[in-house]
Amino acid sequence: MAKAEQEKTERQAWMGLLAKSSPARLAALMDKASDVPDFTWLRVPEAGGVMVRGRMGGTGAPFNLGEMTVTRCALRLESGEVGHAYVQGRDKAHAQRAALVDAMMQTDRASDLRASVLDPLEAEREAQIATRAAKAAATKVDFFTMVRGED
Amino acid sequence: MYVAVKGGERAIDNAHEWLAEERRGDPAVPELSVTQIREQMKLAVNRVMAEGSLYDPDLAALAIKQSRGDLIEAIFLIRAYRTTLPRIGHSEPVDTGAMICDRRVSATFKDAPGGQVLGPTFDYTHRLLDFKLAAEGETPRAQEVDAERKETPRITEFLNRDGLIQEETPSDETPPDMTRAPMEYPANRALRLQALTRGDEGFVLGMAYSTQRGYGRNHPFVGELRIGKVPVEMEIAELGFSVEIGEIDLTECETVNQFAGSKTEPPQFTRGYGLVFGQTERKAISMALVDRSLRWEELGEDNVGAPAQDEEFVLSHSDNIQATGFLEHIKLPHYVDFQSELELVRRMRAEAQASYKEAAE
Repeated sequence: MAKAEQEKTERQAWMGLLAKSSPARLAALMDKASDVPDFTWLRVPEAGGVMVRGRMGGTGAPFNLGEMTVTRCALRLESGEVGHAYVQGRDKAHAQRAALVDAMMQTDRASDLRASVLDPLEAEREAQIATRAAKAAATKVDFFTMVRGED
Repeated sequence: MYVAVKGGERAIDNAHEWLAEERRGDPAVPELSVTQIREQMKLAVNRVMAEGSLYDPDLAALAIKQSRGDLIEAIFLIRAYRTTLPRIGHSEPVDTGAMICDRRVSATFKDAPGGQVLGPTFDYTHRLLDFKLAAEGETPRAQEVDAERKETPRITEFLNRDGLIQEETPSDETPPDMTRAPMEYPANRALRLQALTRGDEGFVLGMAYSTQRGYGRNHPFVGELRIGKVPVEMEIAELGFSVEIGEIDLTECETVNQFAGSKTEPPQFTRGYGLVFGQTERKAISMALVDRSLRWEELGEDNVGAPAQDEEFVLSHSDNIQATGFLEHIKLPHYVDFQSELELVRRMRAEAQASYKEAAE
């Protein structure tokens, strides 16, 4: 049970990383990685909208905020593993690549793929977040309240 | 009543060709790319996404290019496109408490835990035209300092600890969706927030401003304003668990309003809430003020007849696409309508003139 839970968490992590990755970057990394296996479509790539929800006051009851574009697809490798993708935007080739990575991560090529695709994506993402955080930190402000004059 | 007309195909085609040429402008000037608009007209892109109610910066940038910078026209294009998209599902409510903030300020607590971070703001600029931007510029670089990732807890949580602010009760109730069912009044708060977040920035700003000036007294503090990225998570039925399907920029504003108490509520602070796609600070603050104003009934306040207390007035006039559609249709051919009015006026004049004549004789 614990193993299944851990596998689920790992899969959630890579699927999330792929969903947020830049299509050009994923394409470049996969080109460099080893050859892509044959597959059959279970669901051809389809772009659609997902209604994003927020919460009143940030923590209260949900409300509908607006939609975002998402592309999804599902495929099966010749060896039987099923890959799913739900990625931000309308890029069908990007969804296909994400689903291929998801499927291949369930094969014995997982550690290769992690090193050649997922780790670089993750590292670049962390670096981008750190750079923005460093810029934000440079704009951190200390306000002083002045004593009001009485006359 | 509008009666259709026929004809004019060639003139219409030629008008659209000329539009395309005018859109391009002087061909000696390099053409704008969609990516340039996306990167350098970001706040326009954000507004189009917020009011178009579709988060997709590339599409919003394309719409701005196509509409020649007419943002309401661009919003119209996005709304029309949105209706062609199959609805894949809905996300889990985003957790704005876990936002990676570019900006986060509080007007109520100067020592806000997690700090006050100005971010890339127009605040404290002198609003003087910068002629350096008209020249070929170099690429500016922002300062960076080492940042430790710190939690940025909500400011309203501190007030809530002492029971000084009205509580937001969490729930998992399915909210109504105005894109799926026609608006009904009275609307609940969830529906109001959906309408306000996609409402016209100018209209929502005007409504918010009216409350500050005394039409429904509502003088809030910005308890917290934060701008940054949040992941969007969705339950995937075929997998049986939820995954992050992307990441969006949001602006969130929580206002804190003084409240003397009512028949049903003790004296405490109350809240207004604004949450908008992109970096859209003016809109988010406006939304929070109007949200608070529309809550008069639930909080047991008096309806003083202020426009911003009238939800039907606010919500049915906040949508700039509906408003534009109705307003601009009056410029289209109304020849049959007008012909009948013309005849009516002529007849009435003839009758009136005949009776003057009779009276004079």
